[in-house]
Amino acid sequence: MTDPLLSVRELRAGYGPFQVLHGIDLDVAQGEIVAVLGANGVGKTTLNRALSGLLAPSGGTIRFGGADLTRADHAAIVRAGLIHVPEGRRVFPNLSVRENLLLGAYVRGRADRAATLERVLTIFPRLRERLTQHAGSMSGGEQQMLAIGRGLMGQPRLLILDEPSLGLSPRLTEDLFDLIATLHRDGLSILLVEQNVVQSLAIAQRAYVIEHGHVALSGSAAQLGEDPRLRAAYLGL
Amino acid sequence: MISLSILEAGLVNGLLTGGVYALVALGLTLIYGVLHIVNFAHGSLLMIAMFGGWMLVSWAHLDPYAALPLMVVIMFVIGWGLYAGVIGRISGGDDRRILLATLGVAIVLDNLALVLFTGDTRTIETPYQFAVVEAGPLLLSVPKLISFGVAIVLALLLWAFMALTDTGRAIRAVAREPDGARLVGIRPGRIFALSYGIGIACLGAAGCLLLPSFYVSPQVGNVFVLTAFTIVVLGGMGSFPGAVVGGLLIGVTESLGGLFLGESLGPIGISLVFILVLLFRPTGLFRAAR
Repeated sequence: MTDPLLSVRELRAGYGPFQVLHGIDLDVAQGEIVAVLGANGVGKTTLNRALSGLLAPSGGTIRFGGADLTRADHAAIVRAGLIHVPEGRRVFPNLSVRENLLLGAYVRGRADRAATLERVLTIFPRLRERLTQHAGSMSGGEQQMLAIGRGLMGQPRLLILDEPSLGLSPRLTEDLFDLIATLHRDGLSILLVEQNVVQSLAIAQRAYVIEHGHVALSGSAAQLGEDPRLRAAYLGL
Repeated sequence: MISLSILEAGLVNGLLTGGVYALVALGLTLIYGVLHIVNFAHGSLLMIAMFGGWMLVSWAHLDPYAALPLMVVIMFVIGWGLYAGVIGRISGGDDRRILLATLGVAIVLDNLALVLFTGDTRTIETPYQFAVVEAGPLLLSVPKLISFGVAIVLALLLWAFMALTDTGRAIRAVAREPDGARLVGIRPGRIFALSYGIGIACLGAAGCLLLPSFYVSPQVGNVFVLTAFTIVVLGGMGSFPGAVVGGLLIGVTESLGGLFLGESLGPIGISLVFILVLLFRPTGLFRAAR
């Protein structure tokens, strides 16, 4: 079997003496959408911060594309193509949409940046209409598009989407999941971290359910969708 | 009664002086905008820049304007080094500790200058320091004209750097959204050191521009730094246009205040303008759209 694109083993992380992740195992294969599900406060955000180098893990390993990134700093991780679109968008409100997108390619420099920008604007026609507008003046849905667009500008090999549907209307959420499916069809590998269980399982191939810093359940999305424990805990069935 | 031509002269002179004020304030506002702290070492570093320029002129016999690019580079390196080596390390990212670190740097630099140069005031001599050009009824001081021109050009260059380059965008990004910046691969620590270096490099230019018409002493920074703080708050903290317009406004106010109220009562004009602006626009003239 070939190595998975992302391979996380026994990952531990936390804040000072306060351990949040107690040994997470997780894989994402090339071209897969993998969902990470769980309620608030189970460690999903800590997992993402550890994966993207914002938080140094206290144990375990993170391998990505065959390289060990456990101790790599955030800039090296972005350069390797592991790009995190964070919860709460974190766009640059004082910069224009165009400037936000250009900074998405910060570590790549100017080579093929114009072509990448053109591709991103083809995916998000709304952003093209608003290129000169300040990101801070856009709606939540538009900012989410911008955050994903900025992530794509870095030419990711794996895109981590952290709670992308948070705060979006049901209609916008549907558009968003359509978009994620489209990106996946174009060959992008995606780690989708969501509270929105039904829609996430509908587009993911596999999923992990995290509880109290552990992987409580994992398997194919179809299996998990039928799992009585998941249905009881998250779907109220 | 004060005649119109004296009024015009006061106005133009104030504008010309305001150019250098704007440059000092630009450095301060850049550092505030990115690091969110008031740089208490600003006055002391301006003093260091003026002494640096003074040494290049009196010992190496450079023209002060030839010393300017050199001092810009030297002050950038000093600023970068101070942040990377001292301020950033001591503070560990805590805003209050950055503030205190800059205060500590100021105390050390002021006393270092006293030890090295004593408390004497020094001046340089240039063939053009009293030169004037006639513009209609006005006689304009050549060093002030040059300093105004250079200050405005540098302000425009700085604006272009911030608006048009990747590094400039990264500085603005870190100023408002450091976590978002990390996620595109920007290293905020480097951006902080770079911004501090650029802010201090402005002082290298300002110091050389002041030399032909101003004395140097270990206390000289105090003369300018209070004015610069006033300008930054008045213009809108962190705002570039605010620093430039505020600098020119304070220059004119100071000059006209001296004209109408005399040398000793004149500076009250600055406080009056300051209070008025804060009363009607508490966030400053320009909202800090960093």
